[in-house]
Amino acid sequence: MKSDVLIIGGGVVGTAIAREFSKYELDVILLEKEEDIAMGTSKANSGIVHAGYNASMNTLKGRLNTWANPMFDQLCSDLQVPFERIGSLVVSFEEDDFKKLRWEKENGEKMGIKGLEIVDRDRLLELEPNINPEVSSALYAPTAGIVSSYEFTIALADSAVINGVNVMLGTEMTDLFIENNQVKGVETNRGRIYSSIVINAAGLFADEIASMAGNDIDITPRKGEYHLYDKNWGDYVNHVLFPIPSKISKGILVTPTVHGNLLIGPNSEAVAGKEDYTTTNEGLDIVFSAARKLVPGLERRDIITSFSGIRAVASTDDFVIGPSDKNVGLINVAGIQSPGLTSAPAIAEMVLEIAVEMSSEYSRELTLKSNFIEKDDFRERLPERCVYTDTEHSQWHDIIGENSDYGEIVCRCEHVTRGEIIDAIHRPVPATSVDAVKRRTRAGTGRCQGGFCGPRVVEILSEELKIPRTEVSKKGTGSEILFAKTKDYLLKEVGEESEKDYKL
Amino acid sequence: MINYDLVVIGGGPAGLAAALEAKKNGLEEILILERDKYLGGILQQCIHNGFGLDYFKEELTGPEYADRFVRMVEENEIEYKTETMVVNITKYRKITALNQNDGVINIKAKSIILAMGCRERTRESILIPGSRPAGVFTAGTAQRYINIEGYMPGKKVIILGSGDIGLIMARRLTLEGAEVIAVLELLPYSSGLVRNKVQCLDDFDIPLKLNHTITRINGKGRVESVVVVEVDENLQPIKETEEEIACDTVLLSVGLIPENELSKNINVELDPVTGGPIIDEKRMTSAEGVFACGNVLQVHDLVDYVSMEAEIAGKAAADYVNQKYSSRDNIIELMAGKNIRYIVPHHIKYYEENQKFIKLYMRVKKPEEDVRIELVDDQGSMLMEYKKDIVTPGEMLSLVLPEKKLDDSMKGIEISLYKR
Repeated sequence: MKSDVLIIGGGVVGTAIAREFSKYELDVILLEKEEDIAMGTSKANSGIVHAGYNASMNTLKGRLNTWANPMFDQLCSDLQVPFERIGSLVVSFEEDDFKKLRWEKENGEKMGIKGLEIVDRDRLLELEPNINPEVSSALYAPTAGIVSSYEFTIALADSAVINGVNVMLGTEMTDLFIENNQVKGVETNRGRIYSSIVINAAGLFADEIASMAGNDIDITPRKGEYHLYDKNWGDYVNHVLFPIPSKISKGILVTPTVHGNLLIGPNSEAVAGKEDYTTTNEGLDIVFSAARKLVPGLERRDIITSFSGIRAVASTDDFVIGPSDKNVGLINVAGIQSPGLTSAPAIAEMVLEIAVEMSSEYSRELTLKSNFIEKDDFRERLPERCVYTDTEHSQWHDIIGENSDYGEIVCRCEHVTRGEIIDAIHRPVPATSVDAVKRRTRAGTGRCQGGFCGPRVVEILSEELKIPRTEVSKKGTGSEILFAKTKDYLLKEVGEESEKDYKL
Repeated sequence: MINYDLVVIGGGPAGLAAALEAKKNGLEEILILERDKYLGGILQQCIHNGFGLDYFKEELTGPEYADRFVRMVEENEIEYKTETMVVNITKYRKITALNQNDGVINIKAKSIILAMGCRERTRESILIPGSRPAGVFTAGTAQRYINIEGYMPGKKVIILGSGDIGLIMARRLTLEGAEVIAVLELLPYSSGLVRNKVQCLDDFDIPLKLNHTITRINGKGRVESVVVVEVDENLQPIKETEEEIACDTVLLSVGLIPENELSKNINVELDPVTGGPIIDEKRMTSAEGVFACGNVLQVHDLVDYVSMEAEIAGKAAADYVNQKYSSRDNIIELMAGKNIRYIVPHHIKYYEENQKFIKLYMRVKKPEEDVRIELVDDQGSMLMEYKKDIVTPGEMLSLVLPEKKLDDSMKGIEISLYKR
């Protein structure tokens, strides 16, 4: 197998890059080791599109964030993922913190961020009636927004696929294939794939891939835990609320989500495991008490789920983006911690520029199908999807008339129909597990957490994928939900033993 | 817009009994809306016996109990729609529902009975940390997989919570060939019926570990183990007692929550203790013409009580439509006193000719033996006194309040429980 550009990693960065390159006459492959897109850092994070005032202009983080922020309205509309510019507030309790707010405001203004404003206590209480009354002031940034990071990432991948990118799920790269100081492809669990340009967007594993090419990037995984609240709490706050940031993070925030829930978190703890997505009592206690300092009315009873995410923090505390200086043909995109989600569309454009430059500098070594000729049939927009909760009833009535699957509500908490679940299973990047369906449709994300719709989703997956129900998994191989048909199980597992007993 | 005298939301035991009783009391245009494929609700997956002892005076399985009501509904030609999900109601009693054949349906009802039942509390409601593998089920979901779908959701199982569904599932899984390691209960007593503990655990040598809980779930793809710990009298884990137990499945039977999402659409006042609507003795909620019965109102332990409660609501809806109500001069509030968790109904509002007594349902806070229950009015006069040998939070208590004890000046009655 051969491609012009091969991207390692199906997170928000990898998929944004894939979509960017799909605008050109090139063969592009994206590798993802898991059985779905957005399974690492992009699956579990705060889902904030940051305004960009808090990183200095001298950093990549700062520049890329400010560059990317205005792109979200059009991009999310094209990708049909919900995005809301609800604005953010950095809340201070101490008079001393005022200096920090002023620095952020001035810094933001230097970068051209519009609408930044320091609001006093009275105005703050008007904007956020449920905020802690002990607040003193806040930095208001109207351009900050919220997005669902996994839906955004999946939609970027879908868009890449309809524009010709080959997304290979369940394909793990095991080594770089290097000859004469040139990266010429990758070894994978499915064999070697040749490629003129290889882009390392492997998130938490980007350091390991960089080191295969002799590049030393130091990445620390930092875990953050979250609580997600029932929709009862969705309008308890109106903006993204941040505390005054510390050196290591923007702090534990309180925010509405695009689906009308309330999210609190994350703490920030350096961890040893890159895939240790466990939650702990200690971590969640820290999250809850910090969130409660911002919004004292929070209670623990309406929490509908808890989860953790891991971000890849580089030792330089900035994004590490650039061509490998050891081997031609490799571009590293590493250390993409917050504001990585926001920056992803700009990172993709930056990586494209690097690739264009690389291909002209090494035109002899890198043989590309075309010299970045733009496609004339690039499809900006994903095909329209039927989403019950976004549609007027009169219109939905007609939709049911055309396809009765849209008349059967399977997930009663989030009102997701059978038709939407079937669509998710057949999207450009298909949902092949219960969690993959959940990320695309919200079936199972509500207050009953899939208690009622779980068995139905398993049934639909089995029918659509034409596999037995015992092969339907929660999140890929090894997470199958059902062991056997009841009587088969009795006959096989217990029957043999009791036969022996009778013989004795 | 289609018009009905009564729309019953939910075709489980509560909805069916309510619709039947409304029909008996003179309502003609009745429609039951059920979201599942069949009528009967959760009873259809409760294939064990023990149902109907109070109501039918014989022992039935869940599907048998349901079937009796389904037949009566059909014999009485009460209209129903299955696989039909109500998505909205308004305070003017307009109902919007969805199904495959009719598309989006708009209905105007003279009265509504809420009978949506309840849902199970999840792992998240009790905040068990750890990883998030496959193999963590609520007991009811596991019951559906085995009894309706015909699949085994686990081989080596730990059950947390000794509510009735947890106890029933311990036996069910054992009968299907799975190994149930233990049933854990956070509290110092089982929250299920005594007969279920005997018949489902003791008879199968399944240990019930009181004062125990799960503090962590481990496993990447599938559950691999859980950390089990004993708790002290404040229900806090005793660290030294932590023990990791290998298993592939965790079943949770940690309580039920009335499903009042639709009720919230019309701002029905809810009782934070029961999770259900606040109602008068007719089972009318704070929304005019909207009644509630069954597990959406309060979580029951016996379906027989659900049927009886639903009949009250069904008759009341019919009387409401036919304008047969006469109000009392005063509203009598019923208040939970010492060791009483809640009382249903919450208040008494109407006067009915020939009514000899009003039945009150309640739960106690903690188990107690040899008790006396006092009903005292707002003037401090003792109205009634009852004696009971044993009370537990797992078994709903019912008492009668004779009409002749009530008068026009009475504002409230407090019910308290004392040790004799």
